[in-house]
Formats: sequence, structure tokens, C-alpha cells
Amino acid sequence: MLDLSLLPDGGASWLDASGEHADIVISTRIRLARNLEGYAFTPRARDGERLRILTQVREAFASLRSIEDGVLVRVDELAPEDRLLLHERHLVSKELAGLNDQPVRTGAAVYLSRGVGIMVNEEDHLRLQALHSGFHVADAFGVIERLDAELGNKVPYAFHNEFGYLTACPTNVGTGLRASVLIHLPGLVLTKEIGKVLAGLQQVGLTYRGMYGEGSEVVGNFFQISNQTTLGRSEGELLDYLVRVVRHVIEREEEARRVLLRDAGYIIEDKLWRAFGTLRYARSLSFEEAMNYLSGVRLAVGLKLISGLSVYTLNKLLIFSQLAHLGHTEGRALTESEANVARARYVRDTLAAEAE
Amino acid sequence: MICDLCKDGEAVIQLTEIEGSGVRQLHLCEKCAAERGVETTLTAAKPQINNFLQTIHEQMPAAKGEPAQCSFCQATLADFRATGRLGCAHCYDTFESSLRDLLRRVHGNSRHIGRRYVAPLPTELPHVSSATELRDRLKRAIDAEQFELAADIRDKLRGIE
Repeated sequence: MLDLSLLPDGGASWLDASGEHADIVISTRIRLARNLEGYAFTPRARDGERLRILTQVREAFASLRSIEDGVLVRVDELAPEDRLLLHERHLVSKELAGLNDQPVRTGAAVYLSRGVGIMVNEEDHLRLQALHSGFHVADAFGVIERLDAELGNKVPYAFHNEFGYLTACPTNVGTGLRASVLIHLPGLVLTKEIGKVLAGLQQVGLTYRGMYGEGSEVVGNFFQISNQTTLGRSEGELLDYLVRVVRHVIEREEEARRVLLRDAGYIIEDKLWRAFGTLRYARSLSFEEAMNYLSGVRLAVGLKLISGLSVYTLNKLLIFSQLAHLGHTEGRALTESEANVARARYVRDTLAAEAE
Repeated sequence: MICDLCKDGEAVIQLTEIEGSGVRQLHLCEKCAAERGVETTLTAAKPQINNFLQTIHEQMPAAKGEPAQCSFCQATLADFRATGRLGCAHCYDTFESSLRDLLRRVHGNSRHIGRRYVAPLPTELPHVSSATELRDRLKRAIDAEQFELAADIRDKLRGIE
């Protein structure tokens, strides 16, 4: 079984709720897609090519100064539950973990350090990503920019004079940059304003997804907002734009929360305390149920209706109440009904410990 | 609805502008939209990324004079249409004009204006065997039944070895 404690921060520093607007914005993720010259892109490459890519970048990783104490995990050699564990912790994509329709690729690996990771043999040869707590776009980009500059000096990237950094999918070409913010918008959902806000995002060149990126459903009122285009604007412009729009979405969310309290105070208060009560005492919880109640409790904490519960604990509950995490704690793979029982117990114990 | 600017034409575009922390919505006719730099045809045709595969299926004929196949990875435009993924970096040169059109539709632009990359000099890089690279190309050429190309590559390989 994969020992996550070997990772520099257990791969969980992004949950520490330290950033700006941490109760509304859970995390900021920035990734750069890069490919090496001289090989076919990952989906078309042969096993041997992907293994040589891995060897080549592995040597480069070892001499990086912008990443300290990195650990290389051969994702292709992990058991399925460990691959799911890394994915649940947002450290690898679904595609790298072989959780899409395609099996895991030979040569799939991830190099991890505190808040930074490099996926190898994802859809692109390299996906550099920085994951920070809260709304920290500039900091996250600073980290990834330094890493990119250093790594690009050690391995030759595929770059085109007109099209920029070349990627397997043309939707990523140019800067190769995707910045996304994981944001909790229960106020806008409850006031039914969310449809307008989401439609507005698409009009201004941004897009939204569920918590686990492309193709994932929105659960627990958690949305990922990110840039849609990667070409024709500089990295700085893309990021500035995202920051301005997300600031505006945060203001709309705060406004919606004020409206809720003003117009439906006791109804909201009742709904949120019921969510808390369920989490505190239920004996079986499905993942969707847990996410929805946690969303309610998170809102209650944001509205200061419930005190003595930290945002850090709420973040941890989101991640550690997932299937592979529960199995990891129990030391064995769980069936769905076993996981529901284990989830309810984990949530109960965590909330009880926090109340003491 | 009437255009917010000229108060004359029919508004066909809803423009959301962000200035500082404020947001305003403008309803514009085609002419005023064009004057403000909003490409109306582009906005209307701009696909969501989710519909990307559909877009390349429907709107990506091969440009005239373009090679049928990438000489490095043997991928064809049909492969790209089927998967939505290009085979290698050289495909961007091989299918350059088809891709330029597609990129304009997807990103509203085909020119990279972000950071420029300068590759390190070969002498600064760890040595990668070109024979290994040729052997990969040889295998791919055989898989794609490109026997003439395979023979060329084999000759080059013999030269090195």
C-alpha cells in the first residue's frame, strides 16, 4: 500500500485553509502542459518511448533546485486503490491514474513535493502543477514559473514560433496554461443565481467543472472555475482575467449569503443545523450525502452560525471521506456499503474531536 | 432589443465587460460590436471545449497541398479527427494551415503571444541516442505500412550503427 507519509507534506498542504478567502475558495491550481522534442506525444508514443521519456526527465528532476525533497511515484506500478488515492488527493489526474476508459499507461509517473507536482506521460509528456490553499493565483504561478524555467533548461521542450508550446490537444496549445480555482458557491445555488453566473463565465472565455475537473459532476456546490483559451493571450493576461472574474464571483456569493440571512434567516439556520446534526450522528453516509451536508456546514461556518469548527477540518473531511482514503485508513479495500459506514464514523469522530 | 450604443440597430450580442471590480452588461448590434473589437461571427461559432471533437469532425477539411501524413509519427488528419489528439510536435507543421483555422475557432487566435522559449543548446543536454529515435520511427513506419519510409529510416540507422 502506498505510504503517503513519505511525501514531503503528505501531499495535503493545499488543504491547510491558509490562503485568502479560504472559506469560499478551497484551492488554486495552476498547470503548464509541456512536451519534449524528439518523441511522439504520449497517446501515440510506444511503451519504450514513454519509458525513455521517464528516464530522461527523472535525471533532470534529480538536479532541480526549485523542488526540494521531491519523490517520484511510478503510478503505473501502483495498485488501483492507490492510484485512486492519489487522484482523490488531487495529486494526479484521472487520465494519469488510468481511471478513465483507458488503462494506466506504461511510464505514467508523478514527481511530488510540497504543493508542486510534475505528472509524466499524462496526455502531454509533462504536466507541471502547483496546488495552493485558498485564492493564491500569483503565488502558485510564481512557483510553477520558476520550475518551468529551470526544467526547460534541462530538457528540450517542443515549441513553435507561431503556436507556442505544443500540446497533444490543440485546446491547450500556446501557453499550455490552465489556472483553476476550486470554489464553494452555496449562496448562489440557494438563491438560484448560479445559472446566470455560470453562463456569464462562459461568455467571458472562462469555463467551470465539478471538483475533479473535466467531465466530473458538480457535487456539494463546489465548482472549478478556469480559463478556457490558452492561445493568443499572455500568461499574465490569462491569470489577471481569471483573478478579476473570480473576485467578482466571490462578491456575488457574499451578497447572496447576505440576502439569504436577511430574507430567510431561520429557514437557512434550520437547514444548516440539520446538516450538522446529520453529520454529527448519522451511522451511514453516501459520498453525495456527505458532500452536500458538508457544504451546508461549511456555509454555516462562513455565516458564523456554527463556531469552533475550523475550515481546515472541513477541507480535510472533504478529501479524507472519499472511498480510497477510507480504505487506506482501514487498511483494506471497502465495498460501497462498508465505505458508507466508515465515512459516517470518520465524520462523526472528526466533528466530535473538534467539539472537545 | 435595441443596441445600447447606437440605439438604432437590433442587439445581437450581449457583452459582459469587467472594469475594476464592476461589471456591466451591454447589448450591442453587429456593427457596434465589431467597432468595439468583438468579432460577432467568431463569438457565435466559438465552440465549448466539450464540443471540440464535434467541431473538428464537422469543420476541419484537409487544406490544399498539405501532406496526408506526418513524416515523423505517421499520424493522419483522420487520426486527429477520430481522437482529437495530434501525434507529435511535427504534426503542427505538417497540418499547419488546417490547424491554424481550427485554433482561430477554438481560441479566437492562432498566434502565441505569451512567454517565448529558447531551447538549451544540444551540448548542454544529456546525450540522447539518435539511433534509438530512428528505431522508434522505423517501428512506427512499419506499423503504418509505410515501407518506403521504413527502408529510408533503416538505411539511416545502418549509417549510424
